[in-house]
Amino acid sequence: MTTVVPERAALALGDDALVLSHRLGEWAGHAPVLEEEVALANIALDLLGQARTLLSLVGDEDDLAFLREERAFRNVQLVEQPNGDFAHTIARQLYFSAYQELLYGQLAASDTVFAPLAAKAVKEVAYHRDHAEHWTLRLGDGTDESRRRMRHALDALWRYTGELFEPVEGLPVDGPALREGWLGRITGVLERAGLALPEGPQHTPWAAGGGRQGIHTEPFGRMLAEMQHLHRSHPGASW
Amino acid sequence: MTGTDWPLWEVFVRSRRGLSHTHAGSLHAPDAEMALRNARDLYTRRSEGVSIWVVPSAAVTASSPDEKDPFFEPAADKPYRHPTFYEIPEGVQHL
Repeated sequence: MTTVVPERAALALGDDALVLSHRLGEWAGHAPVLEEEVALANIALDLLGQARTLLSLVGDEDDLAFLREERAFRNVQLVEQPNGDFAHTIARQLYFSAYQELLYGQLAASDTVFAPLAAKAVKEVAYHRDHAEHWTLRLGDGTDESRRRMRHALDALWRYTGELFEPVEGLPVDGPALREGWLGRITGVLERAGLALPEGPQHTPWAAGGGRQGIHTEPFGRMLAEMQHLHRSHPGASW
Repeated sequence: MTGTDWPLWEVFVRSRRGLSHTHAGSLHAPDAEMALRNARDLYTRRSEGVSIWVVPSAAVTASSPDEKDPFFEPAADKPYRHPTFYEIPEGVQHL
């Protein structure tokens, strides 16, 4: 196995996991029911573990998480989107975990530094995807309101999904093949939920290269401010 | 929606192969599939289990505290019902 760390790729995947973990953590104390709060926190902790491993390949994990400016983050714009209502959170999780499961599946079989992490994480992510799929089925096939909200969330986040399949320097994955597998998976779930696959482009006109190039959407700055303020206010503090 | 809209489920977890499922607690969930997933998150996240059962709490018939004496008292003075006169062979676990 090669031990060369492709830093851009490690940052990209690490930032995806870190940012989504933080977003999911925002549900703590606010989830619709206690059981779901624990479920979302579990997923967030799985992602945080992945982020720690990936960022540590590049440098000091705390410095990278808490002291970088917005433009230095390489996560896709999908994961930084606000939680919105519960349907938005589930739609974001469905889109992302379906992608992440396929991605880690490929990385686990690769001859790279990512293989050991991916082999472990792919099982975690399979559960995240299962969780999101079950909720998509129930919201899509639930009440008129849950159906309307799920449709709206899937449509609203669709424009951020194209970025998932763009090439990342140092990441040995076949983007177009990944997209095909992803689309099949999403189509299957939405059919079972009685929901239509969103139409329209998978990119925003103003994406400008997207999160992998450090271009982020407006809500991300506020999220970072909240995530980083404690560390920046008390440098070097420990529990 | 609040948790009270959802039915209550009893959770049974088998911690190891060879042991039986043990009652771990209860939770709210909209249906059995979600109850199983909630149980996984609430009761097995520190690798406590290899198998989970969920049962609707409404399906459990429980003995009443009022029936305690007729149910359980008569067994107290019949030591011959307990297998205390046997030597337990070495190597037998979980007995």
